[in-house]
Amino acid sequence: MKATVYVTIKENVLDPQGNAVQSSLHTMGFGEVAKVRIGKYMELQLDTNDRAQAEERVKAMCEKLLANTVIEDYRFELEG
Amino acid sequence: MNFAVLVFPGSNCDIDMYKAVEDVLQQPVDYVWHTSTDLSAYDAILVPGGFSYGDYLRCGAIARFAPVMSEVRKAAEQGKFVLGVCNGFQILTEAGLLPGALIRNKSLKFRCHPVDLTVENANTAFTNAYAQGETVRIPIAHGEGNFYCDDETLAKLKANNQIVFRYAGENPNGSVDNIAGICNERGNVVGMMPHPERAVSKLLGSEDGARMFKSVLNAFASKAQTGAGSGAGAR
Repeated sequence: MKATVYVTIKENVLDPQGNAVQSSLHTMGFGEVAKVRIGKYMELQLDTNDRAQAEERVKAMCEKLLANTVIEDYRFELEG
Repeated sequence: MNFAVLVFPGSNCDIDMYKAVEDVLQQPVDYVWHTSTDLSAYDAILVPGGFSYGDYLRCGAIARFAPVMSEVRKAAEQGKFVLGVCNGFQILTEAGLLPGALIRNKSLKFRCHPVDLTVENANTAFTNAYAQGETVRIPIAHGEGNFYCDDETLAKLKANNQIVFRYAGENPNGSVDNIAGICNERGNVVGMMPHPERAVSKLLGSEDGARMFKSVLNAFASKAQTGAGSGAGAR
């Protein structure tokens, strides 16, 4: 089974990278870009077919290590 | 008084920290590798700066799960003195020993220069040799020193007098409320972005950091006087 994890900076936390990329896009003429948020994308190959268990385990991984919930939000998808 | 300087793969301020203890205090100090599972011999644990585990995932995120960290937690609970500087501060926040988190500098630049700090709390184990409100000059060197916490946590930090240092001049990283360093509620665990170990001699440009080391020796001496185990003596 494959887990795809997305970690993004919380809405109310400043994302200096996102702001820099947005202003660069504006400079290039992409004025319609109202906001950019930069995050992380992770692919986890899991040695299990038990979806419910995978759900629970990946959530624990996110809470413990993959995201810092003081500053980041996470979501994930399971496939296969 | 026995000092431990933790060493993770990628620590790079460990030697400076070790030398600062040696030169300023002439007290016994050891390097302790991240795999160690016993810190019982030490009275103070110093978590140095650097780029532990290459800053992979997030600064300090992987180091906080090193075997030695459960010993650091134990030491903190016992009221022993714990100081995290720069990457050490990031590790202590990731470990939950201090609140908040350190995020990318607002400017996106790695800032490496001396800064002026205001001593906001001169009652912690690491700041008792300073005067309250004093300005001290200590260098910074970080790309991710932007202290963030939510409003509720900030209110708590203020109410409990847990803000130890603020940037006195320009805020180099965009931190909340100009925070440069904080402590836990008990005052025995301190984390800060500036590097006091790089400011222990006039030859280094400033000796203002030396008193942090003298402070912890004072705290240890007064704890010994009032009887070991009283713990909260640091406040």
